[in-house]
Amino acid sequence: MYKYDDYDHALVQARVAQFRGQTERYLAGKLSDDEFRPLRLQNGLYIQRHGPMLRLAVPYGLISAAQLRRFADVARRYDRGFGHFTTRHNLQLNWVKLADVPQILADLAQDELHAIQTSGNCIRNVTTDHFAGVAADEIADPRPWAEILRQWSTFHPEFAYLPRKFKVAISGATEDRAAIQVHDLGLQVVKNDAGEIGFKVYAGGGLGRTPLLGQVVREFLPWQHLLSYTEALVRVFNRYGRRDNAYKARIKILVKALGREEFSKQVEEEWSHLKDGPSTLTVAEVERVAAQFAAPAYEILASDDLCHLAHLREDKAFSRWVERNVQSHKVAGYAAVTLSLKKSGAAPGDATSEQMEAAADLAERYSFGELRVSHEQNLILADVPQRELYTVWHRAKAAGLAAPTVGLIQDLIACPGGDFCSLANARSLPMAAAIQERFEDLDYQHDIGDLELNISGCMNSCGHHHLGAIGILGVDKNGEEWYQVTLGGRQGNDARIGEVIGRSFAAAEVPQAIERLIATYLAHRHADERFIDTFDRIGVEVFQNAAYPHPHQSRRVANG
Amino acid sequence: MANKQIIKERRLQDDAWKVVTLVDGEAPFDVCLPVGPLLVPVSVWKAKKACLIHREYEHGTPLGIWLAPEDGLAEISADIDDFTVIAVHFPKLADGRGYSTARLLRERHGYDGELRAFGDIGRDQIFFLNRVGFDAFVIGEGKSAEDALAAFDDFPESYQGDAVQPLPLFRRRAA
Repeated sequence: MYKYDDYDHALVQARVAQFRGQTERYLAGKLSDDEFRPLRLQNGLYIQRHGPMLRLAVPYGLISAAQLRRFADVARRYDRGFGHFTTRHNLQLNWVKLADVPQILADLAQDELHAIQTSGNCIRNVTTDHFAGVAADEIADPRPWAEILRQWSTFHPEFAYLPRKFKVAISGATEDRAAIQVHDLGLQVVKNDAGEIGFKVYAGGGLGRTPLLGQVVREFLPWQHLLSYTEALVRVFNRYGRRDNAYKARIKILVKALGREEFSKQVEEEWSHLKDGPSTLTVAEVERVAAQFAAPAYEILASDDLCHLAHLREDKAFSRWVERNVQSHKVAGYAAVTLSLKKSGAAPGDATSEQMEAAADLAERYSFGELRVSHEQNLILADVPQRELYTVWHRAKAAGLAAPTVGLIQDLIACPGGDFCSLANARSLPMAAAIQERFEDLDYQHDIGDLELNISGCMNSCGHHHLGAIGILGVDKNGEEWYQVTLGGRQGNDARIGEVIGRSFAAAEVPQAIERLIATYLAHRHADERFIDTFDRIGVEVFQNAAYPHPHQSRRVANG
Repeated sequence: MANKQIIKERRLQDDAWKVVTLVDGEAPFDVCLPVGPLLVPVSVWKAKKACLIHREYEHGTPLGIWLAPEDGLAEISADIDDFTVIAVHFPKLADGRGYSTARLLRERHGYDGELRAFGDIGRDQIFFLNRVGFDAFVIGEGKSAEDALAAFDDFPESYQGDAVQPLPLFRRRAA
């Protein structure tokens, strides 16, 4: 993975010193709340329900064992011994003290970690495919490009006060696992007829109050121009994005208002002045960065390890875990393992310091010392030899990281919701727990099969509810928590925004309604059909009728 | 009242420029122009260009203009080199349009006169403001200008090219 050189170190150290000064001035009353807000946000610090929440960056989801241990240490030392991994690869600490934050950042900097631009109206952490570098369907490894974008966007002097936040995702594979179509800027690595690398550029995607899929604003952007083009695009947003209403300030509203053609015309116009300028990428720079993502020293292994096959045959629980939590690898004899951060009784995405350390140990022993954070809020060991899977499983189980439910209903995505977040309309975690409890039976879960269930506590959609085959959105009705259900959403190449099925449910009704939706699927499915396939085939109405047994309640409402 | 102070060349200096603003309903050609160097809004520049140029010829009063966040540069692009000072207003800290305006003035229009930032800016904005091309700073009310002087050295390096250092770090990085 990318190793800092003296420049990178110096910049992060300078940031620590800068924020230390800012915090001191704030605590001394020399900076007002309004003045301090953008400064603390650009260092990941929110003021939340229980006090400050600190969001630490995991750039493009890649983290070393040493870095994960550092997270564990920080969580134990300054918080309550656990953290929450988010859908954008970051780690949130919910109980830090403001006065400690400069020291936390100083501790993190020792391991090349920081909280730079994890919030605020600036360019945020670039996210990517958690199987980057190991996926068989990869056109090119997206991580060097993500790192190049990280550097370009870090302390970009022109874009620290954008109309609203700006999120970039990049995918290097034929199947999009980075949800690029729901980002402000989505980049798909492609090759042209001459075999040259470039990017298909999507802009204006996003969830939130106005869920929209990104539109293709450029079919092929040659790699040399990645930074100049992105600079042009963000400049158009900075100059012309709305600033009168925070709900209409994301770039998606600008793209929608101008229309795809006009927007891309304006970007092209701006770019024509920047193209071929000094920010044009060089082969040397791309090679310098790419070299740091070179494949680890894989052993030459048979594609099937005999011991592994024997364990698969003999140990039902192990084979179930392999079926769900182990993904194929482009190198023979290796596999990618998902360490699940989802289990009944714990908030989705939460990891204790001990679990982080256990995961770090596993990474060090079995996966070249690196891990990834997936946007489904799990940890990934990307390079595990097949012969070690049985041991890894045992150790992961001991650490509570081996729920064999990846992609199943228990692997649901949820934001921290009203228990922690001051924006939330409703709590997500008790809802997640209630659903996980109802579907706790493993046989039942495996019978239901692939199902993405996503929960957000408010319209800001941090839990990506629009993209769930089943989406649950917390809404506030006269001070009470209600939940709206959407169906048919999905991530990936065929990304779609789910459709609201009708009136919202009281909290206590939701698990039952989900149960009825799933029973409908089970009753109608053809062999090998996933929930989403059956939904596509038979349509929303069958599900609506099931969700609302009393027909007068199933009034259709407009999405949004 | 003591002379207004401005940060230039990394130190506090006296400043003689006055900012002309239109009061509600006032027409640009009605505005009365006080003596001395003036920063006028774009509408006044357009309405009273002849008069302002006359003041420069006859009395040597240098020309200045100030831009609001929403002001584009098309309307003044032909006149840019006539200005001794171009000021960009930051009515709110969080409104970052002026950062793009500055880069366009420096990098696209080749403006090399004084480029000043004024409004809701302070120590914590100076480093970036400087990088996008501002070389003069009128610190917002209630904020310490002395404090702000320290901000120029907040970071030892920058990844991106900017109006001061056009080459991004990757073109300068020691191999």
